[in-house]
Amino acid sequence: MRPAITPTVGWLEARAWLGYLGVLILGIALAAPAQAAGIGDLVEIHWAEQATRFFTFQDATVRYALLGSIFLGLSCGLLGSFIVVRKMALVGDALSHAVLPGVALGFLWNMSKDPMAIFIGAMIAGLVGTALVSAITRTTRLKEDAALGLVLATFFAAGICLVTMIQQLPTGNKSGIDKFLFGQAAALGADDIKLMGAVTAVALLLVVAFYKELLATSFDPGFARASGLPARWIHHGLMFLLAAAVVIALQAVGVVLVSAMLVTPAAAAYLLTDRLHRLVTLASLFGVAAGVSGAFLSFVGPSLPTGPLMVVGASFVFALAFMFAPRHGVIARWWRRRTGAARTRRENTLKSMFHVWEAAAFRAEGVTLTELAEKRRETLEDAQRLGRALVRHDLATLSGDVLYFTPAGKQRASEIVRNHRLWELYLTNSAGIAPDHVHEDAERIEHVLGETVVRALERRLDYARVDPHGRSIPTPREIHGDAGLTDESKPRRKS
Amino acid sequence: MTSLIPPYDAHAVWVAPWTEQLSLYGWIAAMGFAVAAACGLVGNYLMLRRMALMGDAVSHSVLPGLVVAFLVSGSRSTGPMFVGALAAGAAATLIIETIHTRTRVKQDAAIGIAFSTLFALGVILTVAFAGQIDLDAECVLYGEISFVPLEPMVTLGGWTLGPEPFVRMAAVAVGVGVMILVWYKELLVSSFDPGLARSLGINPALLHYGLMATLSIVVVSAFEAVGAILVIAMLILPGSTASMLTTRLPKVHLLSLLHAALSSVLGVSLGIWLNCSMAAAMVVAGAVLFGLAWLASPSQGLVARWWHGRRRESVEQPAPGVGV
Repeated sequence: MRPAITPTVGWLEARAWLGYLGVLILGIALAAPAQAAGIGDLVEIHWAEQATRFFTFQDATVRYALLGSIFLGLSCGLLGSFIVVRKMALVGDALSHAVLPGVALGFLWNMSKDPMAIFIGAMIAGLVGTALVSAITRTTRLKEDAALGLVLATFFAAGICLVTMIQQLPTGNKSGIDKFLFGQAAALGADDIKLMGAVTAVALLLVVAFYKELLATSFDPGFARASGLPARWIHHGLMFLLAAAVVIALQAVGVVLVSAMLVTPAAAAYLLTDRLHRLVTLASLFGVAAGVSGAFLSFVGPSLPTGPLMVVGASFVFALAFMFAPRHGVIARWWRRRTGAARTRRENTLKSMFHVWEAAAFRAEGVTLTELAEKRRETLEDAQRLGRALVRHDLATLSGDVLYFTPAGKQRASEIVRNHRLWELYLTNSAGIAPDHVHEDAERIEHVLGETVVRALERRLDYARVDPHGRSIPTPREIHGDAGLTDESKPRRKS
Repeated sequence: MTSLIPPYDAHAVWVAPWTEQLSLYGWIAAMGFAVAAACGLVGNYLMLRRMALMGDAVSHSVLPGLVVAFLVSGSRSTGPMFVGALAAGAAATLIIETIHTRTRVKQDAAIGIAFSTLFALGVILTVAFAGQIDLDAECVLYGEISFVPLEPMVTLGGWTLGPEPFVRMAAVAVGVGVMILVWYKELLVSSFDPGLARSLGINPALLHYGLMATLSIVVVSAFEAVGAILVIAMLILPGSTASMLTTRLPKVHLLSLLHAALSSVLGVSLGIWLNCSMAAAMVVAGAVLFGLAWLASPSQGLVARWWHGRRRESVEQPAPGVGV
């Protein structure tokens, strides 16, 4: 069994999967055509025509651009997931800027865009850069952020020096080395694609083969060390793969924005799931979606650089996840908070009804709205509104202006009052807090105490019947009543 | 390879820029010094507060603000550009805060997402409206300090102060210096001991946002000269070189000014020799200075550490190094 990051319940998972499916479809449906339309108008070519040309692989350049963006999206998303869960986003940033001098040196090797020479040069520069960052943080008092920024900008400056020098050369001007800054997917050639495919395949294989090791070192370094995993070697291996992913993405995305292709798809996936294998899958999917839409848009408007378009595509996916993620999204959170607040309000109303009913020594059949309003020190209109909310949720019935508990309402009211008084008693007896200081805390906790904790509290307090203020604590028998006893609550009678 | 590195001519590299071509290179070096001084002074506090990469975020994210301001106002006048850039900087800060307080995405990833998105939008706008805008995408990255216009000269009461961009940058640098002198104690206390600062009645939020606003102003003014990425080097290099050599904050300030001066002068020479981007050459020169300090600092340089380590080794077994 794979160790879970947090346990999830079956139906929650199913709902989450439906959620991402929705986000994905929305993303694809909205992102590409909507933006394409705008840019298509700009260059006065109908986007649908362009789309058919693009997605039917009519010419080799398009085929390469599409394949290339799929490979880069896949490898960046895959490895970016580990960057996000290991909190190394800024390392990716530094790495991606640091490869520039290597690109220039690889270019100088035989004065052409030989993919292999550039790949090797960039890999070396990236790895030297990350090694320098750790050397600086280890041997000086500079903090990691300063070391990252220092290496990033210095390597980038050295790269710019070399690039501007190359552009002065007679052959340098037409070399297209400036395309490495912002990326041009249309510049990809057959050799580039072979290299990208090879790197992606190796990265995929290694991640699958060492999945368990990566999982353990990412989430529980202590456990990983204790089980004898070579955490440092895994870290170095990951950095190596990251450097490779950054380098193959360079030509299409550009030096400046490559780090976004690592971080953004993975961060979007991180909002949608708690499981690493799903995070990795989703991040790769999002990476591919962003890459393909960026390549497509840059194909539609040829003057537009590919990299920024891919990044905007990725950010769009992130924005959708940020809003609509089923559990971590802003809307879901807002909804949960809202429904939680409404439930708390209903339970407080029930509690007030219980207090009125208790003051009448449990003899009166119902509670009038006037009594409720007086008890809660609110206006009659407020009491009416609260009463109607109870009626809507089948916790009470309203006839005329008298509220009657339904069985469910009576049970919940007694539970809330019991939770409140038990907690006050517990704080007074076991935590040594003065009886006049316990009310506020109990007001909050009464809504969230679960049955298991209540059982434990009752045991701890020797099934006491009276709270610190001398009022009686409803017993399980009073709460559930013999008639209203359900299967679920039977075992509780043992107390 | 030989054609890449031009022949070394000592006179052209070291003497000529400061004698017969002083009217050109003198101003470039002065501009470089003003940029590096303003950035370096602010950068010291960014590093103390572990916010070095906020400079990265702000410098990338001002781009769309600049472009939009340019498109709206139709001119390159300073006012609208500043407003646009400040708005974009504020938007970046807001996005970062929103992402990392509202979701479980950590702050580092939030920074990465926010600045890359804004920067990408800026580049797209720059390219899409290339005809109407006086910025090209590469200049956005590394600036064009050697093309900073030398005309018109600004004069004040009969004194010629210098070319307009230089005067603006120098004013920013002086402004930063004055602010540090005035609020030195507050900055010092709140950077080293936020708890004590609060108990002394210093408002940490006010200071933080003040620093961020100053950072935005410095970054925007430096943008034209050094672009979005080299400005990070200007923020971090002077302070980190200085802090290799001393632990006292006043000395750190003075040394970072010295670093700024040396790296701009050496950078001009390096740029002339290699015939490459002048701003990038200044950063490379500054990085070489940092490398020297890292190697040879008497208190914490690599050589000194090695020497102390060797002496200690003869007495006791050293503790095993902790990996990263």
